[in-house]
Amino acid sequence: MLQVFDIIGPIMIGPSSSHTAGAVRIGKYARSILGTVPVSALIRFSGSFAKTYMGHGTDKAIVAGILGMETDDERIRISLEVAKEEGLEYTFEKTEIDGAHPNTAEVILKDADGHEILVQGASIGGGNIIINKINNTVVSITGKSDTLIIPHEDVPGMIAVVTKILAVHSVNIHGFSLCRDHKGGTAVMTIEIDGGIDESINLVILKQPHILGSTILKAI
Amino acid sequence: MKYDSLADLVLQAEKENIPLCKLILKDQAEQAEADEKVLFENMKRSLNVMRESVENGLDANKRSASGLTGGDAFKMKEAVEANRNICGKIFGEAMVKALAVSQTNACMGRIVAAPTAGSCGILPAALLTISEDRNIPEDEVVMSLFTASAVGIVIANKASIAGAEGGCQAECGAASAMAASALVELCGGTPKQSEHACAIALKNILGLVCDPVAGLVEIPCIKRNAMGVANAFVAAELALAGVESAIPADEVIYAMKKIGEAMSPALKETAEGGLAATPTGKRLCEKVFGHC
Repeated sequence: MLQVFDIIGPIMIGPSSSHTAGAVRIGKYARSILGTVPVSALIRFSGSFAKTYMGHGTDKAIVAGILGMETDDERIRISLEVAKEEGLEYTFEKTEIDGAHPNTAEVILKDADGHEILVQGASIGGGNIIINKINNTVVSITGKSDTLIIPHEDVPGMIAVVTKILAVHSVNIHGFSLCRDHKGGTAVMTIEIDGGIDESINLVILKQPHILGSTILKAI
Repeated sequence: MKYDSLADLVLQAEKENIPLCKLILKDQAEQAEADEKVLFENMKRSLNVMRESVENGLDANKRSASGLTGGDAFKMKEAVEANRNICGKIFGEAMVKALAVSQTNACMGRIVAAPTAGSCGILPAALLTISEDRNIPEDEVVMSLFTASAVGIVIANKASIAGAEGGCQAECGAASAMAASALVELCGGTPKQSEHACAIALKNILGLVCDPVAGLVEIPCIKRNAMGVANAFVAAELALAGVESAIPADEVIYAMKKIGEAMSPALKETAEGGLAATPTGKRLCEKVFGHC
């Protein structure tokens, strides 16, 4: 659901809301999914992003996001230098992702402990984004509300376990998706919620059997 | 409210006998479960950034990172101040502001996307120019941004506001339609007249492709912002005079969507067609990137 500040906004560093501000937000979201400080980033641009990324500063923008900058940070234009100072190595590649939105980027981040994640996101206009893939899981996250990402073993009753905890704490769910690699393998729940969620609820979820992780991604 | 029809929003405003801006603020505050004052203050901040982005773009010597553009707003400002421009003060000043904001954007400066960065000069130029000319209180200008937003939301929901999906008609067209509707409201027009202004403004830009030279938001984007604000004034002027759009705004928006779908990908922000593919366009691209 679009709101007024999706249209008049974001307040941002130019020159392109889809190629600059949207790219900052994809980068920033990828960092928050990693949850730690990234030391290397492989960025693959697809579609219009692949063709025009240098001209629009999409490269600087996505690295700025990976560094945790906001869309209106005036350091975006020097983000590649900031990355060097902060010890983030980055590589850009062009690719063509089948059936993807014209402005799509795939970001692979690694932290110092070797922990790695892959995030695919599309910039859909006016600085708005949709994260459509985390590792091998197909998701659909706008980043506009707090979102829980919960990998778990693919056994019966897991949705009930998690949603019951949220219900007890009066957390309202407005978006839910689930995806698994194979039967009995690893599944991932993506839960978009209204308002905020306390970290303590996350700890309760983490203690449940068969739960492999639980991360709260703050709205960006 | 669903924001899938401008006619429905206008009907609702008429039913409640309130201006569009108040209807939208009330609804948005309810949806966000926030106080109207909070939303108003956020919008006021956007207006302030818009004002700063005009100031930052008036420099005579500042060039974009690519070196392709810069200084146009200054030239236009000199012409207006010397009374040399042929279309009068309002048109001249609106063009100065549209060029200035757009140049700030090309220089990787801070702007407010409205609805996008490529079209960010049109709405501030329209609203700041009319408010200075008529001494309209700041609060009213802030409120008119809610009306503009509602038009933008409907266009985004029913068509697109991305050049990569709909061409320039989706970006400068949407911005011009948003500005036209807000201008009508600020100048005392009815919600119905705002709807006609939206339709007229968008009709005039239907079919416009997105063909940026070298893929940069500079050529022809900066000058198209000047065109977009001029078009917004044309549409608002017509609507305020009682001229009606034969095709309703919602149908114009749908036509824009279908035209965008029919447009070749070469003409949707990929820098492969139109002006980007001209000999000069290619030469400028090579000048910036060394290859094309």
